Amino acid sequence: MATQQDITPRAGNGDSTQERRDRSSRASEAALRPPVDICETDQGITLCADMPGVSRDRLSLQVTGNMLMLEGTAQLELADQMQALHADVRSTTYRRTFALSNELETDKIDAHLKDGVLTVRIPKRAELRPRHIEVQAS
Amino acid sequence: MFGDIPGLASPFAELRRLEQELDEMFGSTVWSGGIRSLPPGTFPAVNVGTTPDKVAVYLFAPGIDPKTLEITLQQNLLSISGRREVPVEQNATYYRKERFSGEFRRVISLPEDVEPDRVDAKYTDGVVQITVQRRAAAQPRQIEIH
Repeated sequence: MATQQDITPRAGNGDSTQERRDRSSRASEAALRPPVDICETDQGITLCADMPGVSRDRLSLQVTGNMLMLEGTAQLELADQMQALHADVRSTTYRRTFALSNELETDKIDAHLKDGVLTVRIPKRAELRPRHIEVQAS
Repeated sequence: MFGDIPGLASPFAELRRLEQELDEMFGSTVWSGGIRSLPPGTFPAVNVGTTPDKVAVYLFAPGIDPKTLEITLQQNLLSISGRREVPVEQNATYYRKERFSGEFRRVISLPEDVEPDRVDAKYTDGVVQITVQRRAAAQPRQIEIH
């Protein structure tokens, strides 16, 4: 019985294969950990995360203290009574948390979602950006 | 070498390996162990679902240009190849690079009764959905008892 939110199509009848499938899907109902790229420049930190199937209204970014949490729910278009033939992806939720450091301006975070890729830019406080010190030749 | 140091080897790694092996053995999917199957974690991840009249293939391929995808269906063998470019920021220090970058190709065996000329593909939120119709003969027929 596939629902709209369910990423893994499942059969509706209760045969042994189904039980097995249910057991394995329960075990992996835990959130997926999206792969990320993280890089730093003088201006700030950029984080990119792969969250395929997540639309903007099903994505949430939360900063609590110095923790940044990305969370999203994928939604696929599934037909009624669809049975799974194969499923690499067995959960609909993505979640990952990062600890931020003090020099980052958490109230100026900029996030952008396109084709399932989330890009988050976290600027550094201007006064804490590294200054390049020129060495004067005498 | 470092594996000998007590407390360093993660007990979870062993559990994960066991889970993977069990999955492959008992086939949480009928596909595991297929001659064309790829190791878990290969980009892009694929889910396949069937109904009596169609087969739907979902490719989790975020951040690609759908125009560069090449999708072919030869009888019941669906091949998808493409390229994902992950732009690299200049003058930046990278701490993590977990996202896939480069060329990919996946070959998927669909049920034998698909109709290769009735295929439809679309790209939404980083997921490619390919729908192939199945031949009518394969659909269950209701037999009435008089």
